[in-house]
Amino acid sequence: MMGPGTAWYLSVAGFLFGVGTLGVLIRRNPLVVLLSLEIMLNGANLALIAFARHLNDGDGQIFALAVMAVAASEVVVGLGLIVALNRKRVPLDVDRLNSLRG
Amino acid sequence: MIVASVGNVLVWAVWMGAAFACLGSAVAVVSFSNPFFSALALIGNLGSLAVLYLLLSSEFVAAAQVLVYAGAVMVMFLFVIAYVGPRTESPWTGGPSWQAIGGVLAAGALLVEIVVVIGLKAGGDLAHSHDVGGAFGTPSYIGRLFLTDHLLAFEITSIVLLVAAIGGVILGAHSRTVQGDEVPPL
Repeated sequence: MMGPGTAWYLSVAGFLFGVGTLGVLIRRNPLVVLLSLEIMLNGANLALIAFARHLNDGDGQIFALAVMAVAASEVVVGLGLIVALNRKRVPLDVDRLNSLRG
Repeated sequence: MIVASVGNVLVWAVWMGAAFACLGSAVAVVSFSNPFFSALALIGNLGSLAVLYLLLSSEFVAAAQVLVYAGAVMVMFLFVIAYVGPRTESPWTGGPSWQAIGGVLAAGALLVEIVVVIGLKAGGDLAHSHDVGGAFGTPSYIGRLFLTDHLLAFEITSIVLLVAAIGGVILGAHSRTVQGDEVPPL
């Protein structure tokens, strides 16, 4: 394989996952938490595709496409919840959304 | 030989550009205070990831990444951010709270763990990757896999998307029918 080996791609994937975790843990705006979650999913996708290329096996790419579909569904439901919260004038702060009483 | 080494240098150069754009935009998503700029940085992140997918000879996944993520999902994100309104939040001001310190420590521990595992394995099996044919990752290759080996996953994906669409409609319609001042249960 020309260019960098699989370990380089996996390092980028690990760094993306770490940065996404940091965003999910420290940001308080639920929109940014969702964006950071996308970064985590993309890190996992990059690892899947790197392994698919490494093993000459297309199953990793299929898995990555399934992850993309699940991420799109998650964004639909998450953004729907954020819009519903905004309509009820609930503060968009994950530290203050700590009860399920509405 | 010379052509091969020139190609190798070219692939390394493209990889370097895409990887650093990817990591830089990921850090930007987490550290920007305005969520609108975070979403714009995530578009750059997804675009550079698509370049990395192309280098891994996954043409169809790269195209799907640009169409589905950078196209559809991010447009929805930007619409919702514009609807909710600008709410800037500075994650790094006001001194480090115990939550921020814990988050940085947890993310750093995860990163160190991943890097150590990759470093331990880099010399062994990871160093010898298989050769792939020209058909690897093309739409016909993916389509054949989806309709033979992974038919169940394909069908279940369609059900997941349908349920998500229904859920989005219900979440939107439910909060629109609410009248009056009392705050109903979510």
